[in-house]
Amino acid sequence: MDTKEKLDAFQDRIDRGEKIEPKDWMPERYRQQLIRMISQHAHSEIVGMLPEGNWIPRAPSLKRKMVLLAKVQDEAGHGLYLYSATETLGARRQDVVEDYIYGNAKYSSIFNYPTLTYADICVIGWLVDGAAIVNQTMLAKSSYGPYARANLRICREESFHKKQGYEMLAKMASGTDEQKKMAQDAVNRWWWPTLMMFGPPDSDSPNSAELIKWGVKTKTNDELRQSYVDRMVMEAEVIDIKLPDPDLKYNKKTGHWEFGEIPWDEFWAVVKGNGPMNRERIKARKNAYEDGEWVREAAIAYARKQKLKEGKAS
Amino acid sequence: MNQNTEWPLWEVFYQPGNGKPFEHAGSVHAPDAEMALQNGRDTYARRNEGISMWVVPTDQITASAPEDAGPFFDPANDKAYRHPQFYSVPRAVKKRN
Repeated sequence: MDTKEKLDAFQDRIDRGEKIEPKDWMPERYRQQLIRMISQHAHSEIVGMLPEGNWIPRAPSLKRKMVLLAKVQDEAGHGLYLYSATETLGARRQDVVEDYIYGNAKYSSIFNYPTLTYADICVIGWLVDGAAIVNQTMLAKSSYGPYARANLRICREESFHKKQGYEMLAKMASGTDEQKKMAQDAVNRWWWPTLMMFGPPDSDSPNSAELIKWGVKTKTNDELRQSYVDRMVMEAEVIDIKLPDPDLKYNKKTGHWEFGEIPWDEFWAVVKGNGPMNRERIKARKNAYEDGEWVREAAIAYARKQKLKEGKAS
Repeated sequence: MNQNTEWPLWEVFYQPGNGKPFEHAGSVHAPDAEMALQNGRDTYARRNEGISMWVVPTDQITASAPEDAGPFFDPANDKAYRHPQFYSVPRAVKKRN
């Protein structure tokens, strides 16, 4: 039972900056919110493999192919760290995974956009992973121990992801006219969707206050978005890339870059399943899951047989 | 929903370097111990994080209960004589460098 006494004692622990561990008492709502949030994060890592995996067979060089393979493998790893964090909260892996393949669990909308050219791979590394780092650096301080530790591990790997993308984009942006155009076109298409990755504005984000109160998050969507914009304006300028926002302007008083209106209608349409790639992504995941079923069964049967053999030998 | 084809859960520990104690990395699903080791390596040691690895079926771990932490660890609380600071040494004896 979540009595007032227990809830207060829990809040005190959070306010003292203590980490909550799997077997500690926690409010049921804290547990449910964490399962929802961590599993969405996990699904996003796994879906995130699709737009990039799309370019592995067509990478422009062996070096870039090796880099992209390593990066996509990391995303699988990130998904697994996070799924195992949901299991520490009592969720069952298969339920969590099936809730997103057959149910309506959400994942980051950014992965419902297509990757049209190799410049998109550069930009995903720079902008999408850049935004993910801002978010995950904050989550590495989350009040739930296993989630904080998973994010710490993710952040260490994510900085390679961002750097390889930025390096490639810089090269492309200083290449031939055609390459420059490709680089700029990809940035134009990805800039606004990456701003949406931080979620709806604080005024329209029902879960934020509670997550901050419980120390699951330590910054609001708008705060995170602002630190992302400040950083990216600087990085774009250095490599001669223009961010597609005529309203970007520096505010000397606040020390921050102000930006234009984010197209939230588009955000909600994609969240509701009407982005350019929503159906395609779910279909790919469903096929992979169902085509792999016989492999999971065969491995279990093999393990059972081996055990029987061992039993007979001894 | 599909039938249950979920593999058992294993806890993964690795030794980060020669002479270092093992630490917990996370968990993986695997049908047997051998694949648990391989999955553990692919999931938690893609950058040489470990030089040696243990995998243990999760249901084989017995843990203390956090709500009993007080009474459980209490016996260690009042035994100051287990620490060197409890004892006095003649002033003339120099501290070791």
